[in-house]
Amino acid sequence: MMKSLHIEAAKCTGCLQCEMACSFENYGVFNPAKSRIKVFDFHETGLKVPYTCTQCAEAWCLKACPVDAITKDKSTGAMMVNEATCVGCKVCTIACPFGTINYVADTGKVQKCDLCEGSPACADACPTGAITYIDADSTGIDRMRTWAAKLENQTAGHAD
Amino acid sequence: MRHLIIGNGPAGVVAAETLRAACPLDDIRLLGAEPEPPYSRMAIPYLLEGQIGESGTYLRKAPGHFEAQRIALQHGRATAIDTAARSVTLDDGSHLPYDRLLIACGSIPASPPIPGIHLPGVMTCWTMEDARRIAAAVKPGARVIQMGAGFIGCIIMEAIVARGASLTVVEMGERMVPRMMPPGASAMLRARTEARGVRVLTSTRITGIAATATGLRATTGSGETLDAEVIISATGVRPDIAWLAGSGIETAIGILVDHRLATNIDGVYAAGDCVESEEFGTGHRIVNAVQPDAVDQARIAAMNMAGRPAHLSGALQMNVLDTFGLVSVSFGQWQGVAGGARVEVDDPGAQRYLRLEFDGDLLVGASSVGHTEGVGVMRALIQSRIHLGPWKDRLLTDPTQLAAAYVARTQAA
Repeated sequence: MMKSLHIEAAKCTGCLQCEMACSFENYGVFNPAKSRIKVFDFHETGLKVPYTCTQCAEAWCLKACPVDAITKDKSTGAMMVNEATCVGCKVCTIACPFGTINYVADTGKVQKCDLCEGSPACADACPTGAITYIDADSTGIDRMRTWAAKLENQTAGHAD
Repeated sequence: MRHLIIGNGPAGVVAAETLRAACPLDDIRLLGAEPEPPYSRMAIPYLLEGQIGESGTYLRKAPGHFEAQRIALQHGRATAIDTAARSVTLDDGSHLPYDRLLIACGSIPASPPIPGIHLPGVMTCWTMEDARRIAAAVKPGARVIQMGAGFIGCIIMEAIVARGASLTVVEMGERMVPRMMPPGASAMLRARTEARGVRVLTSTRITGIAATATGLRATTGSGETLDAEVIISATGVRPDIAWLAGSGIETAIGILVDHRLATNIDGVYAAGDCVESEEFGTGHRIVNAVQPDAVDQARIAAMNMAGRPAHLSGALQMNVLDTFGLVSVSFGQWQGVAGGARVEVDDPGAQRYLRLEFDGDLLVGASSVGHTEGVGVMRALIQSRIHLGPWKDRLLTDPTQLAAAYVARTQAA
């Protein structure tokens, strides 16, 4: 069973440990600005929503890449950016309707969540269980995927 | 079933792969007019900069990828289609039969009707062969004139400068990328370009080119003369459809297709830059010619060729450009719509620009400069027609809350 990140916003306290852990895992520094998971803090409702790539089946990033730099990892299902191949053209950043693949000027490449090779640092760091890494079919990530399906341009079934 | 795909750019390759996944037993043949493996024109600027070699532009990197997918690659240029006999004629006089045909032959550079446009030293920047020619001619110290500051012109400027040339850009529109970015944003790109030593002339056209003892001399509409060793013509591209005359396939500026990417002829589909289709949200027909849309069209066309009904709701304009490190994007009706609200934050000092266009409480267009975080949600908000409700007023006050608006309206309900 493929696993995916399961996000329960109601449990999030906005501590940003996930952002810290993500930036440390990937860049060796505690800098939320470099994090691939973002916590949105809605002051009106008090709700805090951790938000990152769902590794969606549509994989707009992968399909739009003009140089074959994004591939699907067979063991985790994550869409992976091959930095050696990425030319930094940013086409994926406009193709992805979630805004979860982004250009990093420092590296001249794009970055996205890669599920940390099956051991996501954000889930490990989350002290309240708002982010867990569990069997894919029971996750709230379905809510994001529902919105992926609502992208009106895409009413086809999948060939893959 | 025999599937023939004319054109081996991104649309052709994605269509072939989609067909293979959907129809394991069918014959799939991909025809390319250039003597290269399938490659991406999008990557040519990075080739010219020296960031990658030619193989870095290839659309698929794994050795034997097409053989493993049982996609037959063939070199040749289609010159005619007999839709009654379901046969395509190639430039060597041979014929290829098909049951389903996809035309994904892309575009070709426009050739402005200017005296001297065919002189040696005047070149387009479109094919791999063009890239080789430019790489050979644009040496440190070379003087280069670039005709056109549209998207393609702007995307190659940095590579020309990186090769050590001195560059003058001549654009007949009143601003750079006039069909992609609004004036405030465009002014920022111009300032960045000029700061890197490029001379930019707008509302100006080259009216003639002559050979001199040392190179080329271009004359502008205002009578100024510009000397150069190389002139790059980047005055736009148009669908490569002249060869379809007499085929019975309906065309206007591009090949006319419906929401299934079907042409008027049974069994014939078209996708990518050669297509003219209905624009998302407006009902107008446009030639969109952008990579994400081309591959979406290719997938939908291939699904229909495979007998699995699928349709697109329309072509959404979207572009991203990097101008000497300044990243700009635009989506949808970025110029705005009649009766719609607009918010614009134009901060040249910070080199940041953000403009949102609304129709009621729907986002219908967006453009930005200097923003790289989460720009993709602009696409989702526009294309999923997400009602913003109270977030519209919040965005009119602070448009940088766009990603928050998207998350609030989709994930935090």
